[in-house]
Parts: sequence; structure tokens; C-alpha cells
Amino acid sequence: MSLPIYATPLEKAWHYIYRVICAAIFIFLIGPIFVIIPLSFNELPYFTFTPEMLSLDPAGYSTKWYREFFTEDSWQNAVRNSLIIGVFATLISTFLGTLAALGLSRSEMPFKSGFMALLISPMIVPLIISATGMYFFYTRMGISSTHLGVIIAHAALGTPFVVITVTATLVGFDHSLIRAAASLGANPVETFFKVTMPLILPGIVSGALFAFITSFDEVVVVLFVGSVDQRTIPWKMFSGIREEIRPTILAVATLLVCVSILLLTTLELLRRRNERLRGIRAA
Amino acid sequence: MSKTMDEVMRTADGVPLKVSLHKALVRSRIRALLLVLPLLAFLLVAFLLPIGYMLFRSIDNRIVPSIFPRTAVAIQDWNPAGNWLPGEAAFEALVRDIQQAFKDRTLGRVGRRLNYEKPGMSSLFRKSGRRAARITGPPYKEQVLRIDKRWGDVNTWRLIHRESGALTGAYFLAAVDLTLNDRAEIVRQPEARRIYRTLFSRTLWMSGLITVLCLLLGYPVAYLLATLPLRYSNLLMILVLLPFWTSLLVRTTSWIALLQTEGVLNDLMVFVGLITDDGRLQLIHNKFGTFVAMVHILLPFMILPLYSVMKTISPALTRAARSLGATPFTAFVRVYMPNTYSGVGAGCIMVFILSIGYYITPALVGGRTGTFISNFIALHVGQTLNWGLAAALGSLLLVLVLALYLLYDKIVGIDNMKLG
Repeated sequence: MSLPIYATPLEKAWHYIYRVICAAIFIFLIGPIFVIIPLSFNELPYFTFTPEMLSLDPAGYSTKWYREFFTEDSWQNAVRNSLIIGVFATLISTFLGTLAALGLSRSEMPFKSGFMALLISPMIVPLIISATGMYFFYTRMGISSTHLGVIIAHAALGTPFVVITVTATLVGFDHSLIRAAASLGANPVETFFKVTMPLILPGIVSGALFAFITSFDEVVVVLFVGSVDQRTIPWKMFSGIREEIRPTILAVATLLVCVSILLLTTLELLRRRNERLRGIRAA
Repeated sequence: MSKTMDEVMRTADGVPLKVSLHKALVRSRIRALLLVLPLLAFLLVAFLLPIGYMLFRSIDNRIVPSIFPRTAVAIQDWNPAGNWLPGEAAFEALVRDIQQAFKDRTLGRVGRRLNYEKPGMSSLFRKSGRRAARITGPPYKEQVLRIDKRWGDVNTWRLIHRESGALTGAYFLAAVDLTLNDRAEIVRQPEARRIYRTLFSRTLWMSGLITVLCLLLGYPVAYLLATLPLRYSNLLMILVLLPFWTSLLVRTTSWIALLQTEGVLNDLMVFVGLITDDGRLQLIHNKFGTFVAMVHILLPFMILPLYSVMKTISPALTRAARSLGATPFTAFVRVYMPNTYSGVGAGCIMVFILSIGYYITPALVGGRTGTFISNFIALHVGQTLNWGLAAALGSLLLVLVLALYLLYDKIVGIDNMKLG
């Protein structure tokens, strides 16, 4: 992308204009996320910068919205619900998704693309449709308004991510390793845990992270299938924005941004590890 | 010759090799299937059956026949094309059914169901429920006609006759602003009730525009990321991935903080002097708010597939074009761009599919003019309780999305779907 020395003035001008345009788009992407961080320290219950904040007066800042989040029962309940639902849904979808991905990536698998399309359909169907169908059906089955219902629903929504990431890791998988393990006397279970699993672990973990964040961030299905007892963080935020808008939501939002930064770092490290492992094998 | 036919290759235990191999293949196929089976069974119960059930709800019409079983049978032989009321037997059945339903507290459901087809039915049934309780013996017809003169209207009976079957297309008709008139002909809804065609077309054109805006903003960024040296592009990639990983509600919240009338952007414009304090702009709870927030939320879904395609295009191609005398512009438009079309297709369909099904963001920042069809599905599920109509609207949306999904499969292939 560097400018060649023979570039005409027009090309030079365009080169810089283009960079400015890109910078503006990057600001559009990232700006809104960072604006809420200082706003969450607002002393007053407003969603904007007060004159005190702009003059960097310490009196204009406070951590009371964070205190409210950490002490109020309804928020703490929401955190607990989000974690319970997220963890169990992730366990189910990671287990089932990994198994399915192992089957799908075998060369003998019949109707591969048909199964693939079916298995990732929860990702494609709009959430509002899934939520409506699940609400009708789960009510019929008597599991709506229970944690079990929401966990099952979220597990279903999370499986496509696990299937996709684990299948992607298995693409470069050397199947002669399995045969080698078998020829050395390992049974299939041993082979899986000692040979296959360590190699595809980054795929499984990133799939699990995808599944967890899907559940952790999901609100439509919880709104439909759950009830007051299943109130999660996104539910609280959604109803908070709709009804009484308080800066506590900004504090929660800031904390969630920190969670996503953490998640992004983990995924990036996993990706690098995966690349390194493959590099060694290729060499 | 016949001797060689007998000399097929055999395994150690004497089975022909062909048979043995075939058996092994079948066995490994079954093993692969067994691995997929648990997830398939789980999804069937947790996801596919619910979707199927929703599709069924959109044509399910059991309310009237299940709550009014006697009436449904009694008017079976009545000819709705004629201009006369059904006989005494039908009125007796009606009274029995109303009395039963009144006792079971299910009468309101019948009234509401018929009210979707013909306004005023709900009140007729409420009124009749109270009065019919007092009817003890014949003549039924006379007493029912005294309750309300609408029972003497052939059209009321035609409606009950029409809706006493187990299946109906009425919800789908309602979902496209059509209805059946008294003579069972398909006509347009009265003016005041026509909303869904507008909503469908609004959902489509707004999603289309959101897709175009995402492409316009995403293309330059993806190009920059794909052509910069890796150490810079990896850093800039974080700016794309962080919003991608940040909660949807967080991003929607920040747009509310930025765009509301007392929000950051308006304050800034007042401060700079672009607008006066009482001339603050309404930037949210309208179409504009939906556009801005949705483009922001969906932009990473455009950049990522574009980037992964652009990454594979060799820079030698444009250089070759330049060396053959093309201007930078020509080289870009005629050599580079055609190579990115698969990424453009993938990104556009992805963004469009996600956009037409969006609920949360339009609900929070769309106000009344910026809402999508999904907001009305939610409204009918949660508030008006017209589940049949919600299911019909959902089914139409589902068909649309699946058609686009097939298109996506044609262009990119589902197997090639990547994340992050």
C-alpha cells in the first residue's frame, strides 16, 4: 500500500484522502464503544458529558453506577442467571457440536452438505422466528419460563458455531495420525483423547467461546422463552433502555466491553497457537 | 474364460474382497453418522420441531371447531351460498356451545378469533355469553335472535361456517393485507388495516440500503486491511473485531447515548454552533437511528468476508495491468474489483439476511417509523396474542431468508462459512 516514487500528484492526493476516509470509518466503528466508558463515570444520571466532566473536575465523576450494579440484587441475579444459562448451554453445544464435527469431517460421511446445512440452520434463521417457534413449542412441552427451556434454546443456537469452528480445524487434520495411533495399539477412545483432542483443542475452545457469547449476548429468545426468573444481563439492559434509562446500563456496558476485549485476546492467542502447531507439522 | 471369473480376489477368510470392502465402507459410514446423530436429534427437538410447529400454527384453525364442536357439526350441511339462516338445530347447538364455553371461560377466544375476520364479533360473543346463560329450552332460534340482531345476519353464520374447518389460510391473507369478504372472495383489507405490505417493503428497502451502506463503508476498509503490511493490518483488524465481539445491546446503548436529543452528538453540534439549543435534531427513534445503529452493528459482517477474499488476490495482477498501460483507476476497476465479487456477494447476502430478521435494534432506536416486520411478530406474540398472524408473518420471513440462504450457498458454499 506504500506509494511508489513515480506516483503523480493526483495519485498522492488520492492516497491521503483514502487514508482519511478509512480513518473516519474506523472511528465510526470503534468510537461509539469507547464513548460510553467515560460516560459511565458520570456523577449525574445523564447520558451525556456534563460541563464538570469536560473541565475534568473530579466532582463530575463518580463510580456510583458501578456500586449500584454490584450491590443491587436484581443485577446480581441477572449476572447469576446469565452465567448459569451460558455455562450449561455452552457445555451442551460444545459436546454435541464437537461430536458432529468429527463425524462431518470424515470422508465417508454421506450427504455431507445436506447435514451441514441442517446443523447450521439455527445460525441462519432469524432469531425472532426461532424465538417465536420455541415459545409456542416449549410452552406446549411445559418447559417455557424455566431455566431448562432457556438453556436448551441457547444450546441449539450455539451449536452451529462449534460445528463450524471444529470442522475448520479438522480440515488440515492428518488422518494418518489416527491410523498410526491405532497401529501402536491405542483404542479409539485413547486415540481421541491423546491424539485428536490436543490437536483440535483450539477449535473446540474457540467454538465454545462463540457458543458462550451467543448465549451471554442473546436477548430475543430469553424474552420469549424465559420469564422474570430467567432475567439475564441483556434482558435487564433491554428492559432498562425501554423503561427507565439509568447510567447503570452504561456501567454494565463498560464492563461488557472489558469482557469482549478479554474474549478477543483469548481467541487471538488460540488462533496463533493453532497456526504455530500447523506450521510445525508442515515443516 | 469361465475359470478367471471364479478367481476373484478374496480376503484371508475367503470373502470376496469387493464384498468385504463394501462392508467396511458401510460400517465406517454408519460410524460417521452415529457421531452426527446426537446433535441432529437434539436440534430436531430443540429447534426444528419448534420451527415446524410455528409453520403449523400459521394455518391451524382449531379454535372454533374445538370450542364450538356442536355448532361446527350442525352447520356442516347448511348452504352458505343460499340467503337463509340455518335451522333450529344449529341454533340449539350454538346455545349449548356458548353456554359451555361461557362456563369454561373460552368464549373470549372464539370471539377474538372471529374478530380478526370481522370487527365486532368479539363484542357479539361477550354479549351473547351473558344472555345465553338464561336460555333453558326451545324455541332457540327466536331467543337467540332476540339477544342480538346480528345473529339474524346470514354473514355471521357464513363466517362461523367458514372458520369451523381445521385449517385456514386467513392468517396468510392477513399477513399480506388481504381478507375474505362475506361471499368468501379475496379482497384487500380496509384502508386502516393495511400495514403489513408497507412493513414488508420497508423491511426490504431499509435492509437493502443498510447492505449498500455497509458495502460502501466496508469495501475501502477491507481493501486497506488486505493491502497493508501484516503488522499494521493485524492492529487495525482489532478495530473491526472488537465491535464484532461487543454485545449488541452495548452498541445499541452507545448509539442512544450519542444520538438522543440531549445526547453527545447534539451537545457537540450546539457547542460548535451548528445548531441552536432549541433546534436540536431528532436523530433517534426514527429511520435515521435505525440506519446508523444497524450499519454500525452489521459492518463487521461485511468487512470480514471481503477481507478474506481480498487477501487471496495477488498484487501482481494490478501491477501487470499497470505495466500494460492501465491507469490506476482502470486497473482497480477492471482487474481488481471483478476478483472481489465473490466476497461482495457473500458479505451482502450475509448482511441482508441478518438485517431483515433484526428485532432488538429497531425496537430500541427505531421509534415508530424505523421498525421492521420482526417487531410486529413480537407484538403479536407478546401483546395482541394473535399467534396465528405472528406465525404467518414469521413463515413468510422464513421463506425469504431460506431463499437467500440458498443463494448464499450457490455463491459461497455453506461449507466455506467462516467465523471471526
